[in-house]
Amino acid sequence: MELFVFVCAALMVLVGALGVVLRSNPVHAALSMILTLFGIAVLFVSREANFLAAVQVIVYAGAIVVLFLFVIMLLGVDRAEDLRTEPLGRIQRPLAVILGLGVFAVLTTAVVRARESFRFKGDGVQVANLQDPDGNIRQIARSIFGDYVVAFELTSVLLIVAVVGTVVLARRRKSDRTSA
Amino acid sequence: MNVPSFLAIDPLLDGDLLWTPLLIVLMKVLVVFVVGLVATMLMVWFERKAIAGMQNRIGPNKAGPFGLLQTLADGIKLFFKEDLLPEKADKFVFRLAPYLSFVPAFLAFAIIPLGGDFRDGNGGFVTWFGETTRVQLADPPVGVLFALAISSIAVYGIMLAGWSSGSKYPLLGSVRASAQMVSYEASLGLSLAAVILVCGTLSTSGIVDAQSSIGSWNLVATGVVPFLIFLVSATAELNRPPFDLVEAEQELVGGFNTEYSSIRFALFFLAEFMNTITMSAFIVTLFFGGPQPITIGDTTLDIPLIPNALEGTVWLLLKVLVFLYIYVWFRGTLPRFRYDQLMDLGWKFLIPASLGWFMLLAAQRLADDRGWDQWLVVPLSLAVIIIAFIMMQLAFRSSDRNREAEGVQF
Repeated sequence: MELFVFVCAALMVLVGALGVVLRSNPVHAALSMILTLFGIAVLFVSREANFLAAVQVIVYAGAIVVLFLFVIMLLGVDRAEDLRTEPLGRIQRPLAVILGLGVFAVLTTAVVRARESFRFKGDGVQVANLQDPDGNIRQIARSIFGDYVVAFELTSVLLIVAVVGTVVLARRRKSDRTSA
Repeated sequence: MNVPSFLAIDPLLDGDLLWTPLLIVLMKVLVVFVVGLVATMLMVWFERKAIAGMQNRIGPNKAGPFGLLQTLADGIKLFFKEDLLPEKADKFVFRLAPYLSFVPAFLAFAIIPLGGDFRDGNGGFVTWFGETTRVQLADPPVGVLFALAISSIAVYGIMLAGWSSGSKYPLLGSVRASAQMVSYEASLGLSLAAVILVCGTLSTSGIVDAQSSIGSWNLVATGVVPFLIFLVSATAELNRPPFDLVEAEQELVGGFNTEYSSIRFALFFLAEFMNTITMSAFIVTLFFGGPQPITIGDTTLDIPLIPNALEGTVWLLLKVLVFLYIYVWFRGTLPRFRYDQLMDLGWKFLIPASLGWFMLLAAQRLADDRGWDQWLVVPLSLAVIIIAFIMMQLAFRSSDRNREAEGVQF
């Protein structure tokens, strides 16, 4: 059962990920991304991380990809030919291949090494108590608002700065309008 | 509570999967689906009849007794109409979009406790064929968040329907409709947070269980304000009057009204009414005790002749009917909002108000836990919230003045 769920979810993730890269229509690519996000949510559920799964769907599938779609639709880049206009230099493709292979190698090594050392170091990962249906949420809350509260608050400041910056940049001043 | 199995903490699904539990689950799925469809059919009839009454008309009265079968007749007509596919449409997405709005409408219905015996600490369990279970298709530990996730997925149906139609008016209409839904989801979630804070659980059956008498109904326990915010946001989220400007004749129409026809249109239509029913049931679950009977003090209003296990369903039905009537009433009486008014209401009033009320409740709970003086904490937090509100209004005013000075029109 568990294997079956994993295979299905992994297929969703992979098909979605390939779709994001390969589909030439940006809206289709965004839809493929939703498929990937759903696959990840299914994986979370199968690991009993129900809260993470729900948040994954609400935040990523429900808000962020919707914003992507807004931008794609309103900018009118939802035509396939528009994507081809960016020139790919002669060096860029080989460089991308080398870089991709490098990242892949690093990640594989990291995973393999982590598997070896996981059981023998540290105090182990703190996991939620499965007897308690809300244990997940409690554990996450303790991490975010307890251990890592400074990082969390800094991230929120970062987001606010980004929003304010966007507004300032996008705003047209009166002097610009008269000169234009 | 025993160990949560795969997704549900339903004792039915604990242990090995046997034939009886499997059959019960399948039966539940079927019942929820059929009840959903029939309820939608009756809701369309009810709305037309009630609106007709408010407008001094007769309403549907030809098909079947009292015109009850009018929706069925309309449905059959829609099914047999020609199915048009616009030439410039994105074929795949155009076909996909109706299902993206139809499926979530039914999924959300799955987590609502549809009945069961909640009195005397029974926790809503009933026994069917020797198996103890809930009268609820699924009871995930994150039930309320599941509903939010589903409603955020429902946006895609509307949005993609407009985009895939391949012309600009459906696109603009669908962008407005989905912007409205995304905006009101925020205040929906924030007012819901108050309920979660009071009940201390995310599961819908747990929330119902916590509301055993009128005094502990979340309507009272959260202090009415979250309920009002939730009701308004839910109406906007459903694109129902007075927030139905996406399907107003004078406005741009919402994505699917322009190019869709035949059964695809029927699916969108069905999803809209289904969502209304689901949202009413959700409001009842969150704020009015769901299938709990009405209890004032120690006296419980008991419906005679009906066993306790069935009584919950009757109570739920009665409470949901009240809200369905309220939605029809809104449609019959309230004038439509303008788009900028809609956005102002959502972002400048409902979201700050629900956030402020949530903070107030949190402060009160904290004071309760730590044994601080309630009479000091609550007025103090109220004062802080009022100061914040005044500062926010000042900020709005100065930004309005700036915009006017720069001559920006938005």
